[in-house]
Amino acid sequence: MYATRPEARPATVEVSVDGVAVMVPVGASAAAAVLLAGAAAIRETAVSGAPRLPYCMMGVCFDCLAEVDGAPNVQACMVTVAAGMRIARQAGARDALLGEAPR
Amino acid sequence: MSAPEPFQAIVVGGGLVGSAIAWGLAREGLRCVLLDEGDIAFRASRGNFGLVWAQSKGQGAPHYQRWTRYSANAWPELARELADAVGADVGLHQPGGVHLCLSDKEMADRSDRMAQMAREAGNSLPFHYRMIEATELREMLPALGPTVVGASFTPYDGHVDPLRLLHALHRAFTGAGGVYVPNAKVERSDAAPRDFRVMAAGRVFEAPRVVLAAGLGNAALAPEFGLSAPVRPQQGQVLVTERVAPIFTMPTTSVRQTMQGSLLLGDSVAEVGYDISQKPAVMAEIAKRAVLSFPFIARLNMVRAWSALRIMPKDGVAIYDQSEKYPGAFTANCHSGVTLAGAHARLLAPMIAAGQLDGMLDPFSARRFDVRDAA
Repeated sequence: MYATRPEARPATVEVSVDGVAVMVPVGASAAAAVLLAGAAAIRETAVSGAPRLPYCMMGVCFDCLAEVDGAPNVQACMVTVAAGMRIARQAGARDALLGEAPR
Repeated sequence: MSAPEPFQAIVVGGGLVGSAIAWGLAREGLRCVLLDEGDIAFRASRGNFGLVWAQSKGQGAPHYQRWTRYSANAWPELARELADAVGADVGLHQPGGVHLCLSDKEMADRSDRMAQMAREAGNSLPFHYRMIEATELREMLPALGPTVVGASFTPYDGHVDPLRLLHALHRAFTGAGGVYVPNAKVERSDAAPRDFRVMAAGRVFEAPRVVLAAGLGNAALAPEFGLSAPVRPQQGQVLVTERVAPIFTMPTTSVRQTMQGSLLLGDSVAEVGYDISQKPAVMAEIAKRAVLSFPFIARLNMVRAWSALRIMPKDGVAIYDQSEKYPGAFTANCHSGVTLAGAHARLLAPMIAAGQLDGMLDPFSARRFDVRDAA
């Protein structure tokens, strides 16, 4: 169930967090990249618009929701970084019909 | 046991039915205690879908149709009163609602059902409905799937936030001087006409009125008070999506968007006894129907799911009674605690306070089952 905590590793993978390039170790989560990037927030909540950052880091609290490579409402703590990954702010509730054919 | 505590009414059951009645009694000026079993109870009030729904209720039972309509009509005033009393926004949105039909057969069956409801409604409270074909329906609801044939619409329907409603009723009840006792499963009771004693939570409560609103627990409690409450559990399951920007202008029977943005998918029915485990086959069926109705739902993340037990009277119609053996003892049993909250707080509670159920509730008596069994 649990993975062994890795030894400290060099930051060799480049991703972007809200357009800012940041280097993170292989195997790090997108949420770790958000924290390393020093972003002020990674989402605004869907109801009140309150700013949030990753919190539980284990898939429970949903405060790390982000747009990852264009996919909305992704739990960033549950995604492993890949070179070139674009992690962007989730601004409130997603638009469920985005990409639907116009009526 | 401590010294008996006198009240004017004891309400057993802290769910939507019990707390709506208890608040109604407190509003009538009665000193009232509300006994809530605790989290070992099945708590249908915490698992329901949140519809205020008149269009499917009371086929073949015009009195139930009328009672449901009275409640739907009372809802705006109920919401206003709760806002005034405790500043609660229960999220009532009552723009009418639709039942989607996914085949020509479903559409024909639904049309028959609506026509029967209209015939049975009579003239005093006519039942207005429309069968809406897909072309027009697509103007009303975005992103409808190609398999949707049409829908029935009635203007009475809507939805609320059921947890906010339960919380608001509790706060309004205590705010009106009511006494709420949690973890208070009824341990023993002594019934005499207009003279009841109930032991719960290590305390003794006495009152000339007792109202049994304990959901599925009523089946066992009612006989203690010379009443009968033939109710059974009927399981329903609900799936919840992530929150999305506002998308629907009205609720449907099986898909609705909450005031916080989540989509609730539901409307399953299973006769599995006291079983609240979730069944993948049922969940798959709910999801499949939701995606046929609105294909975009397939792309949404599911974040929660649960099952809960409806309190289903033998014939599906609510049961209200006053005990003949022990006048002053009442029961209320239904699977529509949200829809009927308006009627329970504003119509039923004043009757109970006055000591007499109105004649319009006569057909709701459980005595209807005795007649049938004897026949």
